[in-house]
Amino acid sequence: MKSNRLGWMVMCGVLAMAGCSRNARPPADADTTTTPPPAAVSSGNNSGAASAGAGVDAASAAAGTDAAVQPDNRILYFDFDSSEIRTEYVEVLATHARRLTGNATVRVRLEGHTDERGSPEYNIGLGERRAQAVRRALMLQGVGESQLTTVSYGEERAAQAGSTEEAWGRNRRVELVYVN
Amino acid sequence: MPIRPTCCFALLLLAAIATPARAELVIDITKGVSNPIPLAIIPFERAVPADGGFDVAAVVQRDLESSGRFKAMARSAMLSQPARAAEVQAAVWRGAGNDYVVVGRVSANGTQLQLDIELINVLTGVQVGSQRYTATGANLRNAAHQIADYVFEKIIGTRGAFATRIAYVSVDGQPPAQSYQLIVADADGENWRVVLASKMPIMSPAWSADGQWLAYVSFESKLSAVYVQQLRSGERRRVSARAGVNSAPSWSPDGKQLALTLSGSGGNLDIYVLDLATQALTRITEDPAIDTEPGWSADGQSLYFTSDRAGGPQVYRVELANRQRVQRVTFGSSYNARPRVAPDGRSLAYVTREGSAYRIGAQDMAGNARVLTRGTLDESPSFAPNGMTLIYAGRQNGQGTLETVSVDGQVTQRLRSDQGQVREPAWGPYATP
Repeated sequence: MKSNRLGWMVMCGVLAMAGCSRNARPPADADTTTTPPPAAVSSGNNSGAASAGAGVDAASAAAGTDAAVQPDNRILYFDFDSSEIRTEYVEVLATHARRLTGNATVRVRLEGHTDERGSPEYNIGLGERRAQAVRRALMLQGVGESQLTTVSYGEERAAQAGSTEEAWGRNRRVELVYVN
Repeated sequence: MPIRPTCCFALLLLAAIATPARAELVIDITKGVSNPIPLAIIPFERAVPADGGFDVAAVVQRDLESSGRFKAMARSAMLSQPARAAEVQAAVWRGAGNDYVVVGRVSANGTQLQLDIELINVLTGVQVGSQRYTATGANLRNAAHQIADYVFEKIIGTRGAFATRIAYVSVDGQPPAQSYQLIVADADGENWRVVLASKMPIMSPAWSADGQWLAYVSFESKLSAVYVQQLRSGERRRVSARAGVNSAPSWSPDGKQLALTLSGSGGNLDIYVLDLATQALTRITEDPAIDTEPGWSADGQSLYFTSDRAGGPQVYRVELANRQRVQRVTFGSSYNARPRVAPDGRSLAYVTREGSAYRIGAQDMAGNARVLTRGTLDESPSFAPNGMTLIYAGRQNGQGTLETVSVDGQVTQRLRSDQGQVREPAWGPYATP
């Protein structure tokens, strides 16, 4: 398996050089390579911000997880300098909580992000604060602690490039990534 | 947690294959001092073919001019090209407008090259200094940087920082398909090489005091982890991959400890100190706010860090021997973060907000603060080992750039990369022989 993976990585490298890295699908366990999710997993109100990690992990897709058990809306946006969950996401989170409490083996990684402004490491703290806000909201609805992992990418993985209010708004987010 | 060597072969291999011949950093002086010192760096006597055709004097000249403090005479204007102080007619060079002249000779000495240089003050006619260096053909460029360091020190009074290295992160591609590289280069952007490449973010490179190791954050497992990597061998250890945030590594002046930020699964970021030999972890701060971005005091006795315990982020100081005593040290802006202490311990640089702009600020230990830069998204300040200059990340037309500013604000430079975003620079220490 290990040599197989290395082979894939080399191949991805070659494809990247050929300018077609977006189409290079990694194997399920390539942890240093991500690909954009299939467009179909994005719901209407966040299609503009569909990004790597927003969908099902490559691993879970390959494992044949039933996509139907996962709510479509997996991105929550936040106001500037805020980790308050907007009221518009109450029902979204309740849907996630129901799915998670219904199957204690399902796990979700909560990925917190900020916009590009300010110091990168402090932004890791702000992104973690957002991920924790979502974690607490889910736990209050009965989701088990062991089902939830948080990670903060701060400003490091923008969903949208650019220094505009629109891009900043798209980047201040928490993505829920089902990992099995 | 035990030290766990991890295999980075695959990553490095990917870097070697997937990295096209990328553009290097190019220095533009964006502002120099109003009265740069005029001098002539005369082409050195060469050791053909042992020197491989390398033009040492040209690199010395480029270094000194790039500091913004010198103006070098054009070679085309030189009527003669002496290689020894005894051959320099001071009045002629003074008459051509110079204050100083540098002459030198490269000679083959077995398998080594020997470089002899002399610095003459042509206003007084006095030889100010002479120096001998040995080098191989492969590191003649480094010898040239050392010569520039020496000339700079003899004239300005502070050792130059040309023979040093920088680390930075380069980000290629558009979201969400970005790739990240950790790069180490000479301070002038030359001799760059990729230390680590990943499809996931790499952050916060930090040099060990001896310049042999880098600590950094890598998300290659999708979660954050802190690694230390020896540059020469590539040997790499994952030193922290705990639940939650593992971030903001900063090496103690004695090289034995790493300050870092951990959150645990509960998400409360606090500052810890990790003993690299024993793996013993000591908690330094304990506050429900975000505490992060530790930077060591010059004496290694305290840490400066960012905390939003009073609302917005501000810089605080904690003595390691008296952790209950935490002092706030920045005021005057609603946002002050990411402190770095000058090598002499007498000043502090950080990110500060002015209106809607993020800029680099500095203050002395009495708290007298100044804003040094004029950008809109300036961040990640790092002192040169001579304390005269800060390198930081800026933004120019949407492109991430590395910029430098002298601590007196007089000289600014931009290190452009015409490919990818460059960010999070860290200026390395002087090389230990």
